[in-house]
Amino acid sequence: MSLLIKGGRVIDPASGVDARLDVLTKDGKIAAMDRRLEAPGTRTVDASGLVVAPGFVDIHVHLREPGIEHAETIESGTRAAAAGGFTAVCCMPNTIPVNDSAQVTGFIVDRAQRTGSVRVHPIGAISKGSGGKRLADIGAMRAAGAVAISDDGLPVMDSGLMRRAMKYAASFGLTVIDHCEDLNLSAGGDIHEGVQSMRLGLGGIPGCSEDVMVARDLILAADTGARVHIAHISTAASIEMVRQAKRLGLPVTAEVTPHHFALTDEHLPGYDSNYKMRPPLRANADIEAAIAGLLDGTIDCIATDHAPHTGHTKMQEFERCPFGVTGLETALALALKVLYHTGRTSLGKLVSLFTDSASRCLGLPHGRIRRGGPADLTLFSTERGWSYDVSRTLSKSRNSPFDGWEFRGGPVATIVGGEIVWTAEAGIRAV
Amino acid sequence: MPPGRSNPRNLLGIESIPRADLEHLLDRGRHYKALPRNTKLNTLAGRLVVNLFFEPSTRTRTSFEIAAKRLGADAIGIHSQTTSLSKGESLVDTLNTLSAMNPDAIVMRHSASGAPHFLARFLSTPMINAGDGRHEHPTQALLDALTILEVKGSLDGLRVAIIGDISHSRVARSNIHLLAKFGAHIAACGPATTVPRNLPELAPGVSLTYDMREAVRDADVIMMLRVQLERQNVEVFPKNEYFRYYGLTLEHVALARPDAIVLHPGPINRGREISSEVADSQRSMILSQVENGVAIRMAVLEWVCSTGEDE
Repeated sequence: MSLLIKGGRVIDPASGVDARLDVLTKDGKIAAMDRRLEAPGTRTVDASGLVVAPGFVDIHVHLREPGIEHAETIESGTRAAAAGGFTAVCCMPNTIPVNDSAQVTGFIVDRAQRTGSVRVHPIGAISKGSGGKRLADIGAMRAAGAVAISDDGLPVMDSGLMRRAMKYAASFGLTVIDHCEDLNLSAGGDIHEGVQSMRLGLGGIPGCSEDVMVARDLILAADTGARVHIAHISTAASIEMVRQAKRLGLPVTAEVTPHHFALTDEHLPGYDSNYKMRPPLRANADIEAAIAGLLDGTIDCIATDHAPHTGHTKMQEFERCPFGVTGLETALALALKVLYHTGRTSLGKLVSLFTDSASRCLGLPHGRIRRGGPADLTLFSTERGWSYDVSRTLSKSRNSPFDGWEFRGGPVATIVGGEIVWTAEAGIRAV
Repeated sequence: MPPGRSNPRNLLGIESIPRADLEHLLDRGRHYKALPRNTKLNTLAGRLVVNLFFEPSTRTRTSFEIAAKRLGADAIGIHSQTTSLSKGESLVDTLNTLSAMNPDAIVMRHSASGAPHFLARFLSTPMINAGDGRHEHPTQALLDALTILEVKGSLDGLRVAIIGDISHSRVARSNIHLLAKFGAHIAACGPATTVPRNLPELAPGVSLTYDMREAVRDADVIMMLRVQLERQNVEVFPKNEYFRYYGLTLEHVALARPDAIVLHPGPINRGREISSEVADSQRSMILSQVENGVAIRMAVLEWVCSTGEDE
């Protein structure tokens, strides 16, 4: 099976390509890329006016399978990923059971092959049951397909355990991803500690609860030589520490979520739990730092932390609602809105944040268009107007703060292994 | 769940209520207070008021019940002792039950900040917040204002010291919003772990101090907050030395203006936040606060049950 993608603006930052080129795929691989390709009898995609980019990679999602299938499954989550232009996602281990063994990793890999629309790379747990006591079967999980380790939302408080995990993971070439939050400092918190938490009478999650753990992890990275990736960085101080660490040559990378660069705690409309996540929406100075960090390379990539929760769990007293928002379908549009249409960054840089730069954080084999490589491609528009209607989401959950938002530009078609797995025309939105 | 059919009149917090409406409520409170105690009114005859209390309360609950009955309304109470941390009927189920009852007003007390706001989003019934978590307690602020006005005549330019655990106090929040709208100067004081540094950003005219003598100096009103150890997740101050630094004594009262008054939302912890000598002194307005509570709640019930078109 072949596809000829004609007339698009191919942007492949890793290869330094930004030109109007045709792309031909064959048997799931990139067969040719040139000015004017002809392939009679081949299915042709008219990409004129569109950007043709390497398939987007989201290194931080929650697919909820196994165990929490009422909120999301690998099938539904990867369909939402495809609708967001992502051709590969890395899923966090906080399933039931926790992905702390080769069996669970293998299950996820197998389910993804049978039901997934896009490529799925499991992230294994750092500790057994993410309980923070004993190391999980890190080597065995890697052998079964895990691409990194993290205890994500149940972060490792024991610095001794974290140090051992970093040393051990480094020997297997695995990156340690940390959700940096000192649980003693954030205890009882619901939103960012600031004027809003005081106004609303909600518990505050202070910025320092993130900063002290980022500092710890950077010190441990220097000590162990492990590759450390800071998940969903959200404070100006943490971003500055990562900047300094990179200057010192430490092997550290960082991601930021679209909601953390698009919203602050001042956007929180009363007690709407679709704005409740960890880390919380921070202050103005923090999102300015996040944008600056994306522009100067301190922050390597955009990751969604797509965290589906069913309606009834979000229909409660604010303090009882779980943390987390969905984000796969709105990520690119938010990046275009905040970073590109404001003139802050070039399209090439923006594409890089979703592709090669994201892949490099975990050493994934994605994010580049190369002859003979897998035909994973994301076609998107920078101009087409659309609005996000969360009732039409392909996710099983609807906990997005971006319902009803008007966007300029977004995904148009998603191609995985030479197959069109999603298009805007047939998908959830009319562009 | 469908959103509310119309925009009912709610009293969810002082922050969102314009000063003119607050003045109206205070006027009506004065009016009801002046009526002979045994006056039976039919202002809300045939109306159903549901008192929904998810948290233990004696004073506020009985005050609302008396207010509803004096206005001629039918008042029923639903009291659930569940806290936000224990299992109970979910708010969504409560919502459905309430919709079926179709009351004319709901009075709600809940341990979670924003719980009445959550219900109000989906109900077309007027909602009165009788205290939500550590957010607001608007009728307390109104009755405190009525108490101060009876003695001082005006709130404008008054110096009010609010002493205690500000961050966990819904009484403090509502009072700060109300006093600020009326031009008072507010000196907030308490252990540094309970008085947010950015408190002055909450409303105009708010200043901070951790020194109680500084807070009460030249004050016209000293407003004490109840120490609520049960509302703290962790110990935020060493409780044994609380009284030494933040308990109100006659010596503090002597630093205030000669005609200064002392308020406390009750129930008081003698020897914890206030000395018995002060609590029982002529300066203490604690009993008139209780009396004013009924009058203010009558005014609030009347206000939310009226359409607003006839004013």
